Amino acid sequence: MKHITEYRDREKSAAIARAIADAAGATPMTIMEVCGTHTMAIAKFGLRGLLPKNINLISGPGCPVCVTPNEYLDHAIAIARRPSVITCTFGDMMKVPGSSTSLEGERAAGRDIRIVYSTLDALDIARKCPDKKIVFLGVGFETTAPTIAASILMAADENLRNYFVLSANKVVPPALAALLAMPAKIDGFILPGHVSAVIGSDSYRQLFGMHPVACAIAGFEPLDILDAIREIALQISSGNPRLHNSYRRAVTASGNAKAKAIMGTVFEPCDANWRGIGMIPDSGMNIRDAYSRFDAACAFDVEVEDTTQPEGCRCGDILTGRIRPADCALFGSSCTPASPVGACMVSGEGTCAAHYRYGI
Amino acid sequence: MCLAVPMRIESIEGDSAVVDVAGTGRSVNIAFLDDARIGEYVLVHAGFAIKKIDEDEAMETARLLNEMAALAKGELIAES
Repeated sequence: MKHITEYRDREKSAAIARAIADAAGATPMTIMEVCGTHTMAIAKFGLRGLLPKNINLISGPGCPVCVTPNEYLDHAIAIARRPSVITCTFGDMMKVPGSSTSLEGERAAGRDIRIVYSTLDALDIARKCPDKKIVFLGVGFETTAPTIAASILMAADENLRNYFVLSANKVVPPALAALLAMPAKIDGFILPGHVSAVIGSDSYRQLFGMHPVACAIAGFEPLDILDAIREIALQISSGNPRLHNSYRRAVTASGNAKAKAIMGTVFEPCDANWRGIGMIPDSGMNIRDAYSRFDAACAFDVEVEDTTQPEGCRCGDILTGRIRPADCALFGSSCTPASPVGACMVSGEGTCAAHYRYGI
Repeated sequence: MCLAVPMRIESIEGDSAVVDVAGTGRSVNIAFLDDARIGEYVLVHAGFAIKKIDEDEAMETARLLNEMAALAKGELIAES
């Protein structure tokens, strides 16, 4: 098995689509996915078209780049402008508009800003350029946070003095709690498969114990997502909400203990601001005092411009599933991937980017 | 940012493994794994292996999907 193509099969997709229709019956239901990779996969594989009309599939705040507020980007840009700084970032942060410019704009103006695939690449740059200060923009959920924590531990091990992280890492379960507290009714969740591979399915038990809601942890291939929707639809129509693991080949109850331990060594929970939702307690990750020498927020004393929000931008409503991209007046007109107004249009996992690119 | 791709471990040296992806070898950090073996598939995200793929569970999932497809085919034939 190669674990990819087995889960892309037209015949099986059709079979599961029939099973979804059977499971859902005539009950109207709103199902939210909370992972940007699911947003993209659903759009790319045209999965909405396979669902019965009574299932409303919406996107939530699952794109870490999209939920990172402007203040972070403005802060990162202020640091990027410092002499001798090399800023390293995942690719989809480059075009995200800050209050007045973007990382891409800054690179065009001559700042040393580099796209990296991994924190390991950033560490490499730090080793090769001892006279420079390497600042990694730590944006991501629990899939990415262990890799960022590991890089800080490696830097500590090697006594690297020129590696820093500006942390905007967030965790998913508190965001789910915030969504459940919102007035808009969500009948079920497709839970993020790779976040869950790290944190384990047991991480959701406390939340769902207090707020039972239909949900299934899903992988990212078309059959994975369809099967998870089938499970959720069945739970909703039978009135039997439960926490179901539909991605058993990658997700266990306890997740990855080592990755969690490394995260816990370097990071501690903090309140964090999510675009579109506002402040969610204990939803962010701060670098602990023991590693504050690697914290870019401590190492660089910069003046950050006053943060402004772009006029007419409705990323916040998109991220909470209140509206669809087409409901935003800027979608496709003044906000496009080439000239984005908000993060949802430019991130590789943004809801608006998915709709713009795949039309569905 | 959940993008992680299954890749097959081809060789291991300490905390590093070379994995195969579409015929190309690339280096991956396996420090998060307890016990990685050559031939096993791992999920790779941002240069790190975050989890091993459980082959038994994968086979079981494949079996269930095949069953579903067969049932649906049977229904279609019965309907037509």
